[in-house]
This record gives sequence, C-alpha cells and structure tokens, in this order.
Amino acid sequence: MAVCIAVIAKENYPLYIRSVPTQGELKFHYTVHTSLDVVEEKISGVGKALADQRELYLGLLYPTEDYKVYGYVTNSKVKFVIVVDSSNTSLRDNEIRSMFRKLHNSFTDVMCNPFYNPGDPIQSKAFDSIVSTMMVQAC
Amino acid sequence: MADDALFEFLHMEIVALVYKEQATREDIDKERVTCVSTLEAMGFRVGQGLIERFTKDCPTFKDDLDLMKFLCKDFWSTIFKKQIDNLRTNHQGTYVLQDNTFALLTQFSSGKQYLEEAPKYLAFSCGLIRGALSNLGLESVVTAEVSLMPSCKFQVVIQKL
Repeated sequence: MAVCIAVIAKENYPLYIRSVPTQGELKFHYTVHTSLDVVEEKISGVGKALADQRELYLGLLYPTEDYKVYGYVTNSKVKFVIVVDSSNTSLRDNEIRSMFRKLHNSFTDVMCNPFYNPGDPIQSKAFDSIVSTMMVQAC
Repeated sequence: MADDALFEFLHMEIVALVYKEQATREDIDKERVTCVSTLEAMGFRVGQGLIERFTKDCPTFKDDLDLMKFLCKDFWSTIFKKQIDNLRTNHQGTYVLQDNTFALLTQFSSGKQYLEEAPKYLAFSCGLIRGALSNLGLESVVTAEVSLMPSCKFQVVIQKL
C-alpha cells in the first residue's frame, strides 16, 4: 500500500499528487520533487550505455529511513512516482510493478478522454478511485 | 468486420461538416485554411491519445529512426490495417512516409480524378502523425502531397530546438 502517489508531466510539473493526509503532505511533495533528479539520471544514463531493451519500470529510486520511492516513466515521458512505507517489507517487486501497470492503464484512459487537455491537472474521478484502492487506508 | 468502413465514413462526414460550417460564415478567403487547421488539430489530439495507448507496453525507443519505424509499422497498421510502404530519410530530421494505397483515399479514384479534393482528406492524418510525434517528445511539421491516387506521401520535418 502506498502512502503517496504522484504523476508528473513531461515538463516536470505535477499533474496529480495525492498522499495519505495523516502525515505532513509537504514532506511527500518534497520527496517526490527530489526523486525527479534520480529519474532524470536513470533516463539519460541508460541512453549512454548499451542501447538494448529499456524498460518503463525504473525500480527503487532511493530509500530513506522511513520510506522507499519507486519510479516508472512512460514513452511520452510522463513519470509516475510511488512512495511506500519502509516498515511494510512484505511488498514485493511484482506488486509494485502491478501498481504501476494499473496507474498507466488508468492514465491512458484519462488521456483518451476528449474532455481532458494534455497538460492540465488530472481531475478524473475514475483515476481518483484507482489511486484510492492503492493508498494506505487512512484510519 | 465493418470496422474499417466505420472510420472511413465518419472521417468523410467530419470533413463535410467542417467545410459546411465554414461555408455558412462570411469570409470565403480564409475558408480553406481554417478548415484544414481544424481537421489537423482534431487529428493532433487523437494522435496524442492513441500513442499513449499503443506505447503502453513497448520499451523506450532508442532514437528518432526507431520511433519513425514504430510509427510506420505498428501505429499505421493498427489504424489503417497496413504498414507504410516506404520510409525515406536524410538522417537530418526529414522523413518521407509513402503509402501506396492510403485507406482514406482508395474510394475516391485510382488516377488523377478528384486530385484537388484530396488535401482535405489528408489533413486529419497529418495531425494524427504530428500528435503522435509530439507526445513522444518530437516537435514536427507534417505535410502531405498526392500526385496519383490513392498513393500519398507524408513529409515529416523534425524541429530541433
């Protein structure tokens, strides 16, 4: 279960960011912002290496003492960032990958919605509900 | 079964509607240019959405040429049920995509008849290509030309910043 999920556009501004409200939201915004640097490094770094198959899933970006941050970038350079609680060690790589798949699927649906202009903040209720299923239930 | 025909009919009606609406307004000189821009803009938005859906499961592209090949093969065949017949490049950002039997033009004629009407029906597809490229990170200018129906060439010039 994630504590914070963010969708960042190609130009590196947030399209959608939501965190568990019980903890300081500002801290999560800051974490997501700093993780963007790591994402950029991974995207450009692979280009210089052997040009073999590059995956969309970037994996663990960096761990802090409380949280782990995972990243995923689409072909249209939209980045998804998920922050999970470190104490929840039962989360396997596969589960994180499937969370990103669900996010990407519902982001694609948002993109195909004629009422959505690319570059606007995401306001789709369907997207919100998918994200809610992946967040930690606030108690 | 009837999938291909559905889009072709819809496309014909869209073009007819855009031109009819423009004809009811006063300014005849600007008529052609605005209609083509409207159709191109529609294609642009559709291209953006489509590319998001199609590249969902693909790995990242190595370079521009790889991207253009994807456009010519997978993208074109998913939309028009065939691949681009010929891709030429000067390796400096200009690509020419040639389609010898363009799906939206096959019903018009197989020669020179109705040649002057063809550009209207190509505007949407130009926008489609431009939208797809824009969402993949490449700003471009796409133009189309027809010399012999139903074959047409799309010229893509990548704008390097």
